Amino acid sequence: MSIIKVKNLGKKYTIGHDLNANSAFRSRSLREGLTRTARGLYQRLRHPFLPNPEKTETEEFWALKGLDFEIEAGDTVGIIGRNGAGKSTLLKVLSRITEPTTGRIEIGGRIASLLEVGTGFHPELTGRENIYLNGAILGMTRDEIKRKFDEIVDFSEVEKFLDTPVKRFSSGMYVRLAFAVAAHLEPEILIVDEVLSVGDAQFQKKCLGKMEEVGQEGRTVLFVSHNMAMISNLCQRGMVLNEGRLEYSGQVSDAVLRYYQNINQRDAAHEREFKSDDAELLGAELVGLSNLSTITIHDELTVRMRYKLKRQIDGKCVPNFHFFTSDGSYAFVDSAGGLTSMSPGIYCADCRVPGQFLNEGAYFVGVALTTYPEGGSLRVEFFDKNALTFNVVDPMDERSNRYGYAGPIPGVVRPRLDWSVAKESQ
Amino acid sequence: MRARLVIEADRVNRQYFKDLLAYRELFLLLAWRDILVRYKQTVIGISWSVLRPLLTMIVFTIVFGRLAKMPSEGVPYPILVFAALLPWQFFSNTVSEGGNSLVSNASMISKVYFPRIIVPTTSMIVSLIDFVISISILSVLMVWYQHVPTWRVVFLPLFLGLAAITALGITYLISALNVKYRDFRHVLPFIIQFGLYISPVGFSSTVVPEKWRLIYSMNPLVGVIDGFRWAIIGNTPMYWPGFIFSAGLAVLLLAIGFGVFRRMEREFADVI
Repeated sequence: MSIIKVKNLGKKYTIGHDLNANSAFRSRSLREGLTRTARGLYQRLRHPFLPNPEKTETEEFWALKGLDFEIEAGDTVGIIGRNGAGKSTLLKVLSRITEPTTGRIEIGGRIASLLEVGTGFHPELTGRENIYLNGAILGMTRDEIKRKFDEIVDFSEVEKFLDTPVKRFSSGMYVRLAFAVAAHLEPEILIVDEVLSVGDAQFQKKCLGKMEEVGQEGRTVLFVSHNMAMISNLCQRGMVLNEGRLEYSGQVSDAVLRYYQNINQRDAAHEREFKSDDAELLGAELVGLSNLSTITIHDELTVRMRYKLKRQIDGKCVPNFHFFTSDGSYAFVDSAGGLTSMSPGIYCADCRVPGQFLNEGAYFVGVALTTYPEGGSLRVEFFDKNALTFNVVDPMDERSNRYGYAGPIPGVVRPRLDWSVAKESQ
Repeated sequence: MRARLVIEADRVNRQYFKDLLAYRELFLLLAWRDILVRYKQTVIGISWSVLRPLLTMIVFTIVFGRLAKMPSEGVPYPILVFAALLPWQFFSNTVSEGGNSLVSNASMISKVYFPRIIVPTTSMIVSLIDFVISISILSVLMVWYQHVPTWRVVFLPLFLGLAAITALGITYLISALNVKYRDFRHVLPFIIQFGLYISPVGFSSTVVPEKWRLIYSMNPLVGVIDGFRWAIIGNTPMYWPGFIFSAGLAVLLLAIGFGVFRRMEREFADVI
């Protein structure tokens, strides 16, 4: 039985546009409201046949529309989408902070939502007092907090400052304490917004570890992040939101690809052309596969670009491929060698990426052509950073060298290297 | 598996009262937080809670008792004033703190769910601490003037309850409006000051001519204050029709305040 069941969920916001003033739509004041009514009335009396100049125009905006989905107990679901796609609104509706405009939600368990770290922290109160307060705000009972108090303090690494008002805490200490409380929540459903972007890298790792534990204990977790690597690592299932609608729900790897496909389509809409006076990119492909394909870590892959040289190039003329990981950082770059004095014409450049080399995850391939004219400086003829996308998965067979370990294996690459292990002494 | 929670658009949440019960610990913790913060932040702390009613009492005694020579119902004027200051300060503290409470807890309201009504209600608990301090000042005053209370004093909690009903009704109304109309907080001190003048705090309500008493009782605080004087001073007569009218209005006010709050509560997170 599904633990969350959503039917035809919609959330509408009304945005008021003042026709004669450009006031921000949220700052309503009583004075403003009264004077507008009074002025309107006065205008109406003076010029009964003119349209009311004080009239405001309201615009409806559906932050969510027609969402239908079910989430099974124990699933870890990543919710992805561009800014303004409705992710935060969905979390807010699910955690009951705001009410939906249409539809129905059924929830079969205790929910805790973590949309911000340190909600309700009071700067005047001490660390100890804030643990109790924050715990209660997040839905823990006092006994529960008492029971876990030592564990929380331990996790936060701030035991020395427990009786200091948190206004004297450094921002790092503050975040650590706040997250320590949140990490010890034990709801059946945990809703987490992009809160991990705060704090130092080491503590982030610790929190991620704690969240994975949470997922493995059979708890349902809903997680929003822009960090696709984090999403792919933590979640089994993914949901893609686009302009308030649910576009895809299923395997997380497919969801991540779908999300990037969205972005690519958006770029394509701009009809960007990649060319210079000397050269033009004609196309890029994954040889034998369609774009957005999924391969296993054992498979090899060939990427291809076709380009046209419009005139003779005397210096070096080097096609190169740039591989990016899903969070946008570089995996590696490689360029073809030994190409000098190229005559005009159409070229095809293939680059073979071996199997058992890349780790799991989504990868983006950028294609570029660089020329090094003799006596001149480097020139980038074209560079399409987002030409190709593919996904690599681990089939978890005997060649994966996992020996039963099922968790994620870190790293951009996962080569099989030569080993020799020998016994040296007793 | 526990009962499934159903959220449906345009439907009054049926389990609101169940939620209130479930979140009682948060209510107590928030009250505890506000009390802690209040007495931690100010250097003078508790002495402020003592000084304020004491100074008000002295000023009112001089202005109304000595200069205007108002009747004192046969008790020392300071006791007459202080008996009214108890509910008045309880009321005005609750309303002024509670009226702004939602806005000052905006970050919590937009980030986590709980029945929002516990936020303005919390301010009543904080005012209760000041009330207890004021009661002890009154006891000292009564010892000083050698005024012994009668059996009526046992009814004091009942009148305190009525004061709470009055204060909460107005607090719910104002705090909810304050979310939507931000400049309401500038109106709030004026409302409270106005209330002090139209309520019989510095004088006895017996100075109001008999034929106007019932109309005067349209102010629910008149009933509350008369009740306090009836219970504390011991020998003042009670104008019962006015009191019942006042009390009825207070209950009606609470119902309206609660209703408005419940209806506006649903969009707090969107507009706050």
